[in-house]
Amino acid sequence: MPRRTDIESILIIGAGPIVIGQACEFDYSGTQACVALKSEGYRVILVNSNPATIMTDPGVADATYIEPITWEVVAEIIEREKPDALLPTMGGQTALNCALDLDRHGVLEKFGVELIGASQAAIDKAEDRQKFREAMDAIGLKSPKSILVNNFAAALEAQTQLGFPTIIRPSFTLGGTGGGIAFNKQEFEEICKRGLDASPTSEILVEQSVLGWKEYEMEVVRDRKDNCIIICAIENLDPMGVHTGDSITVAPAQTLTDKEYQILRNASIAVLREIGVDTGGSNVQFAINPDNGELVVIEMNPRVSRSSALASKATGFPIAKVAARLAVGYTLDELDNDITGGATPASFEPSIDYVVTKVPRFTFEKFPQADDRLTTQMKSVGEVMAIGRTFQESMLKALRGTETGICGFDEILEDRNDRDTLNRELSSAGAHRIRYVADAFRLGYSRDEVFERTHIDPWFLVAIEDIVSEEQRVREQGFESLDAERLRSLKRKGFSDARLASLCAVSEEQLREHRWALGITPVYKRVDSCAAEFDVTTAYMYSTYESECESLPTDAAKVIVLGGGPNRIGQGIEFDYCCVQASMAARDAGFESIMINCNPETVSTDYDISDRLYFEPLSLEDVLEVVRIEQPKGVILQFGGQTPLKLARALEKAGVNILGTSPDSIDLAEDRERFKQFLIDNELKQPANETVRSSEAAKENAEKIGYPLVVRPSYVLGGRAMEIVYNSRQLARYMDEAVAVSEESPVLLDKFLNHAIEVDVDAVSDGEQVLIGGIMEHIEEAGVHSGDSACALPPHNLSAAIQDEIRRQITLMAKGLGVVGLVNAQFAIQGNEIFVLEVNPRASRTAPFVSKAVALSLPFVAAQCMLGRTLAEQGVRHIATPQYCSVKEAVFPFAKFPGVDPLLGPEMKSTGEVMGIGATFGEAFGKSQRAANMTLPTGGCAFISVRDEDKPEAVKVGRRLSELGFDLTATGGTARALAAEGVECRTVKKVLEGRPHIVDMIKNEEIDLIINTTEGETAIADSYTLRTSAIQRRVAYTTTMAAANAVVSALGEKGGKVRKLQQLHEEILAQ
Amino acid sequence: MTQAAILVLEDGTVFRGTALGAAGTTVGEVVFNTAITGYQEILSDPSYARQIVTLTYPHIGNTGVTTVDAESRATFAAGLVIRDLPLLVSNWRSQMDLDTYLRNQEMVAIADIDTRALTRLIREKGAQSGCISTGSGLDVEDALAQARAFGGLQGLDLAKEVSTAEPYEWREGVWELESNSHPSPPANEFKVVAYDFGLKHNISRLLVERGCKLEIVPAQTPADVVLAREPDGVFLSNGPGDPEPCSYAIESIAQILENRTPMFGICLGHQLLALACGAKTTKMKFGHHGANHPVKDLASGAVLITSQNHGFAVDEESLPANVEATHRSLFDGTLQGIRLRDRAAFGFQGHPEASPGPHDIQNLFDEFIAAMRAEQETA
Repeated sequence: MPRRTDIESILIIGAGPIVIGQACEFDYSGTQACVALKSEGYRVILVNSNPATIMTDPGVADATYIEPITWEVVAEIIEREKPDALLPTMGGQTALNCALDLDRHGVLEKFGVELIGASQAAIDKAEDRQKFREAMDAIGLKSPKSILVNNFAAALEAQTQLGFPTIIRPSFTLGGTGGGIAFNKQEFEEICKRGLDASPTSEILVEQSVLGWKEYEMEVVRDRKDNCIIICAIENLDPMGVHTGDSITVAPAQTLTDKEYQILRNASIAVLREIGVDTGGSNVQFAINPDNGELVVIEMNPRVSRSSALASKATGFPIAKVAARLAVGYTLDELDNDITGGATPASFEPSIDYVVTKVPRFTFEKFPQADDRLTTQMKSVGEVMAIGRTFQESMLKALRGTETGICGFDEILEDRNDRDTLNRELSSAGAHRIRYVADAFRLGYSRDEVFERTHIDPWFLVAIEDIVSEEQRVREQGFESLDAERLRSLKRKGFSDARLASLCAVSEEQLREHRWALGITPVYKRVDSCAAEFDVTTAYMYSTYESECESLPTDAAKVIVLGGGPNRIGQGIEFDYCCVQASMAARDAGFESIMINCNPETVSTDYDISDRLYFEPLSLEDVLEVVRIEQPKGVILQFGGQTPLKLARALEKAGVNILGTSPDSIDLAEDRERFKQFLIDNELKQPANETVRSSEAAKENAEKIGYPLVVRPSYVLGGRAMEIVYNSRQLARYMDEAVAVSEESPVLLDKFLNHAIEVDVDAVSDGEQVLIGGIMEHIEEAGVHSGDSACALPPHNLSAAIQDEIRRQITLMAKGLGVVGLVNAQFAIQGNEIFVLEVNPRASRTAPFVSKAVALSLPFVAAQCMLGRTLAEQGVRHIATPQYCSVKEAVFPFAKFPGVDPLLGPEMKSTGEVMGIGATFGEAFGKSQRAANMTLPTGGCAFISVRDEDKPEAVKVGRRLSELGFDLTATGGTARALAAEGVECRTVKKVLEGRPHIVDMIKNEEIDLIINTTEGETAIADSYTLRTSAIQRRVAYTTTMAAANAVVSALGEKGGKVRKLQQLHEEILAQ
Repeated sequence: MTQAAILVLEDGTVFRGTALGAAGTTVGEVVFNTAITGYQEILSDPSYARQIVTLTYPHIGNTGVTTVDAESRATFAAGLVIRDLPLLVSNWRSQMDLDTYLRNQEMVAIADIDTRALTRLIREKGAQSGCISTGSGLDVEDALAQARAFGGLQGLDLAKEVSTAEPYEWREGVWELESNSHPSPPANEFKVVAYDFGLKHNISRLLVERGCKLEIVPAQTPADVVLAREPDGVFLSNGPGDPEPCSYAIESIAQILENRTPMFGICLGHQLLALACGAKTTKMKFGHHGANHPVKDLASGAVLITSQNHGFAVDEESLPANVEATHRSLFDGTLQGIRLRDRAAFGFQGHPEASPGPHDIQNLFDEFIAAMRAEQETA
């Protein structure tokens, strides 16, 4: 039977902001679902609060709502759009939970909306730990022994039955949030309490540990006629105990005989049937005892997931696209497999003839207080996938794709004699365990010893051991030993030029020249989902060292777009959005577009986004090889963030044509000295600054510039170790203790602009004309990383004259830098003075947000400029300032890292962003808070405790809160300031002043809103428990007065109404 | 120390790799199989007689070899072509590594070649005769001559070569994880005689598991000998080569059909059943060789993922009026299953016994049991 005709419109719920456990993969699957359903003729309605997604581009769905994903808001959208059906399986746990809420509150029934893809009962059965267990019992599948409890006393009792270690899994949480493994009573209590709190149903499962068992995942697709196929079997290199999202995983499964594999296959299908997933993709996880094959089911996800995105990329089978079609009534045999151009039906099981390895990417360095051991709660922020013909090759490619500065199994142990560290890192996995494994072999550990400590299957260990011994041979025999035969065999194993070069102590360039001279270059094989059994039309490729090359480059004029690599903090979906736009722009301009990227979560690595896709690490070697075979007209590397940008100089040196803004201009903007001169030449201001190389020089220059100062070491990127100092005593301490200033490690002093408003501007230039995309006013004051600050477009506190001056300045800089493409600038406005903080002639994190706000895709237009089409030729002359207000808010991972201080500062910590759109700033800000899961209270008790200089502002805020009906509580000084101005409030003790204090009140749920600003180390330390307990208790909090003001203005607006993006865009385009 | 090896195809293509298994030279029809798991089952499947099997998954040998998983008394493939033999075996069931097994079985094999290039070549040109030669003094010309001298499988009756010499009884049931063995269930409900044209053990196991008292007889056993045993059902096994030359089997099957004994044929057995009904078989370009083939059950519309391994197929156009199509391949539309309208007899082209491959279509064995039961009840 073809598609259903009894439904006409379908609502799809997206996954919202990028958080740990929910990343770009849901943009990938959601976009596929929207496009597939739209092409089937359905009216698609989409809600997603994340503006940096391709799916929220106005052309993807018929009606798009960038609104908070809460059941109340979605109910409003349902009331307005009257969809016939709701597809809840494309937006991760967020969408499933929202759908369950809509069902529970009777919204679906009231408006006659049918859940398709997964029924309420199926979702419930899969997600409710107890029901799931019972279901598994019913079909004779074992699960780890476990007991479901809803309080700590019961948990303790359960634990005594199960023994240590014990696994704690909260119900209905994403990425295992709140869960963990307890080895002792203290840990057990800690994790249980956290888990009970994290679970929306206050339920946790106390579970028998199967630590060290092998872990497998099966990706299954089922249609409404009960046809089931397995898309991919994934084996986790890291055994049970490490969350699969944090594990290195390999596809296909490597260490199962057919007999065992078929047991897994049958069991996964049985699970889908029993749970009642009628149509679509699901993921089932198993643990297997390596000693006797005993099998237990761990869990299942009745929806597309991170693993299904990985499975899609790993096999070429587009799970989300097929799942969307199955949800509207198709059966598997009625659908074609796109990758073979319809030569095969969608009902076959992919077979692959290569090995896929996924390596997670962590950013613990951003959260020094976080526990960096890997457990059942996911902690990684991104991942990289690599394809090779052997495990060794794919593993080495994945490692060099992680963007952690390594080019293979680089040594990690600092002191070879430090066996304690080595042993600890082996037995208690952290972010880099795999490299410690290599180090263990270097130190002569046997496979058995490493296995005893890691429980990593010996099949994987031997591969690493072999790589280490090959490295040793290369090191001993040197560069001269690398004749054609030897070098080819090393390249076949996957060694990078960079690693071989460093082993031989030659430059990477030397090694590459040598390799090319010997005629050793990779070939490209196609990912075809059928192991070459059928001819394919799709150009989805990976490199390897074999005899036959299948890339068959065309003679067309081509453009290569370099993607962004793995997600990490500071580099996420925004850049993937820009890369996808660039690729589409290139196709639109008549070029063949070629994408290189290695992040399996992304839309850019969907094989039908570009004409050709090379799934490769973004290393110089891998990019140069694609350039060698494709011979493009040029390369766009300004859209993928730091990853491709780092290659600019080297690519240029290798003779590659860089499209758009030149690498020299990019460099000029980043080089402190050159940029300072550039601003002077253009008569633009920058906060007074100096570079100092001794404590004495620091003191001297500090007096000259004047306090307060922003101080940071010059060699550290991304705002790390950056501080604000207010006097010479603090400066001296910083110079002597925090950083060891010296001739080699200079320190940068910048004048800190107190009470300055920070502004972000995105613009596009074709080299002649500069088009201003939008001016964004930051909510947080200067000093908070721009990626972490909320911002509003248009600005609401800047005069027209200031805005015009900002326009003039960025235009001047864009022209001066010779920008062709995107440019972003940050300014600080203090009174009527404008200071340039930085200029980046490349894609910015805010580009997608601005594009959504002003109804024009800046990256698309910019990419066309880079390809030689002027703004005039594109017919883009002017961008109107929207009549509505858009607010971007950052989303933080603090809930995943208990104990980490959520205080914002110069170092970026957010993982994602949301957008709120409203008629007023207050409405837009309020929506952005809801979307960021910060529920603003409508009344109750507000707690205010601010530093002295904020007290006047705090009085205004307090008064306004009082008018809105809040009771006020404040600490001593703040209370006195409030009282002095006649604002009534109670006084409460600070934590250091004895009990009961403010944290007791938070824990007793007596506080509904927290306004807390601090400075100075003691005060920060004092208020630390206050902020962390606010996060644990989910109390709305702000750590800046600007944000407090914004909150107050949002509280003044009751609710807000939902707005269709397409309509807003029509209005703005008509302006 | 690794030894060099070559694989030379009849079209002159030469692949250079390293030697595996036994030293020497072997010739056969070069085919590929895209199954990721189950190399041991494939190598010990008699259907691969005179075929050099290329396994498309690069790492072959990861889980070693265990006698428990053997599909027949020995290996039958003429040779093996793989990309990579792993450095280590890792599986609790393994008894020896693949290389040792190949040596014990005197199978010549080659590794470290671009198996994907080879697969694509076979896909484009159709199955090729080929020769693997290992050891010192590799002679491409000689290997090419040997490859060309191998005339292909068409017209070859290999069933009688691989079949058992003597009839025997089979008692083992299906494999069980807990004991890692094949416990024998009581088998007394149905008396089944299975023709061994290259029978896989798992077929016997699935029949025994369903209560059959199973006797396995040589390929050339005349029908009257079989019927004299008064079987409740007759099973026609899979096997290698071209079905057409197996005139003795076709004749026996026709006689058994006359006797109305329920009959079930798999792969070669299915083709022989079709031939006995008057249909025709044809040689396919490169056949079906994988464990991921979707087949449609024409009656229910269900899609079943099956294991497939055949180079010949029954021509659906040639089916006589009393034979209906029951299954079709969703890959190329070729006929996958037939049923006689006037007899309790049916056949399936793929491998419902799996091993290796999915178990989706094992219900065909239940249908065979049901057919025998229905026959008993009417009788």
